[in-house]
Amino acid sequence: MRSRSLGDRFYSGIVYAFLLVVVFATFYPFWNVLVLSVNSAADSIKGGIYFWPRELSFTSYKEILTDREILHAVWVTFARTVVGTPLAVLVITLLAYPLSNRDLVLRKPITLYFIFTMYFGGGLIPYYMVLKSVHLIDTFWVFVLPGLVNVFYMILVRTFIEQLPQELAESAKIDGANDLQIFVRVIFPLTTPVLATIALFIAVGHWNAWFDSYAFTYKSSLKTLQAVLVKILNQYQTGSMVSDAQKLADSAKRLAVSPDTIRMAATVVATLPIVLVYPFLQRYFVKGMMLGAVKS
Amino acid sequence: MRAYAEQPRRAAPLAGRRTELWKRFRQQKYLWLMIVPAFVCTLIFSYAPMFGLYMAFINYKPGGSFVGSFFRGEFVGLDWFRYFFDNGDFWIIMRNTLAQSLLSLLLGFPAPILLALAINEVRSGAFKRIFQTISYLPHFISWVIAANIIITLLSSQGLVNKVLMLLHITDEPVGFFQNGHYFWWIIASANMWKDMGFNAIMYLAGISSINPEMYEAAKVDGASRMKQTLYVTLPALRPTIVILLILAVGGVLNAGFDQQYLMQNDLVLKYSDVIDTYTYRYGLQNSMFSYGAAVGLFKSVVAFILVLAMNRLAKRVNDQSLF
Repeated sequence: MRSRSLGDRFYSGIVYAFLLVVVFATFYPFWNVLVLSVNSAADSIKGGIYFWPRELSFTSYKEILTDREILHAVWVTFARTVVGTPLAVLVITLLAYPLSNRDLVLRKPITLYFIFTMYFGGGLIPYYMVLKSVHLIDTFWVFVLPGLVNVFYMILVRTFIEQLPQELAESAKIDGANDLQIFVRVIFPLTTPVLATIALFIAVGHWNAWFDSYAFTYKSSLKTLQAVLVKILNQYQTGSMVSDAQKLADSAKRLAVSPDTIRMAATVVATLPIVLVYPFLQRYFVKGMMLGAVKS
Repeated sequence: MRAYAEQPRRAAPLAGRRTELWKRFRQQKYLWLMIVPAFVCTLIFSYAPMFGLYMAFINYKPGGSFVGSFFRGEFVGLDWFRYFFDNGDFWIIMRNTLAQSLLSLLLGFPAPILLALAINEVRSGAFKRIFQTISYLPHFISWVIAANIIITLLSSQGLVNKVLMLLHITDEPVGFFQNGHYFWWIIASANMWKDMGFNAIMYLAGISSINPEMYEAAKVDGASRMKQTLYVTLPALRPTIVILLILAVGGVLNAGFDQQYLMQNDLVLKYSDVIDTYTYRYGLQNSMFSYGAAVGLFKSVVAFILVLAMNRLAKRVNDQSLF
């Protein structure tokens, strides 16, 4: 008996060591960026900052939070999230309800019409051409309209509606309600948990989206925070091919901030909302993923 | 003769069914109205580009309307595809795509299984949740942020180089982004880092559905914790593992776009370039629209066949494992 418990303890030790390594590997990169963002630029250039800031300085944050380009980008990102999320939830729910009705005429082909797009697409170039011909290139709506339908989320909502008790809709029908009234008064209020889930997912998606702003808009007034961050990253990458001596000379000129600490601070600003929101997603997405897995 | 005689008999119920369908359709007019917005959006943003793939078979010239350009552009048949296969890029792109996908699978597929097994060993529910929550975080950030973080970590002054130098594995900082040989491993590790926690969800769900009596029985037989994991948990997860592996193989052409595009530079392009980044660079940045569309079409078709085949296989395996 004793030897067994010793073996178990040894095993537990290995398991916890593994988990600690995973937690460190997951968490440390974020911590490193945070530490670099609050260290003074002139000091950062010397390197050796891994776990704690050496010279605490918030000038990078002061710099980016007064930078017009970044502030405007935050505003655009905020706007697309606030406009795009409810619209997408509405369109998805409006679609999920009829498709959950087993008596719907042509239910199978119309479902297939949507599911097919999960597996096959025209690819980037024709997509760009279509965006251009419907005059969405270089407009705000290119962030919102193409993303309105998400078939995966639609299936989540549809499955949820299918599991609601049938009697509710039937008794409303007997009271003389039409499908639209049933949807608005009965179904919509009952689906709020799953709608909250997909709303959070869609909102996170909007906050994180970069490619549409990067490739489909040209005006600087339409650049989102992530797109600006891509620009900063590109500058850094071209910069990293310049010699270190050159970089040192450059940073000596600027003193308080360097492109690098600005990059760190902007990264932190873009990460923060996600860190605050994502723990709340957890209890929903586990269920959602299971539903999705069962369906597919 | 018999066929003739039967025809009217068959047609009558058909006509009846048709009017009945029409009646039902009219009763469901509100349901159909609700479908309209999603239908139109999908038509424009998913189906129109599919028809637009016709541009892969012509010499597309920009300007004027998109549909009009189909008639203005000279029809070239499969020339763009031939060009793709013959100019040498095809092999490099396919090599990079498959290498990055397969390496990502090699590192990224077992990792969530190990993580799920490890989290399952944690006794306290609170710790379990904390471990899980932390491990999800990288999944929810954008690749833009992830790329920024990874590039910092792998820079000459980053922690990775520091550790390598402390261990005397290298005397000078490794230029991870200056030499293409590292790129595939960077992508594979980055993918693993980002999705390990999230992908563990499926396995944790599988573990939670294991009958506790199995563990009790194993304990009575004197099995240690490790043996319980090896002989109870792991076999119970086998169907999930097999199916997820099959589905992962189906997605092997989707090596990604964001991670490569955001972390690559001209020095590593020969190793970083995958189908999607190649399509973007030639199709949009270099304005070779028809060529980009052709490469995209090639990928879409092959990926579609692969995904369907693997889905079918997964379904068959799933049905078998039920019995």
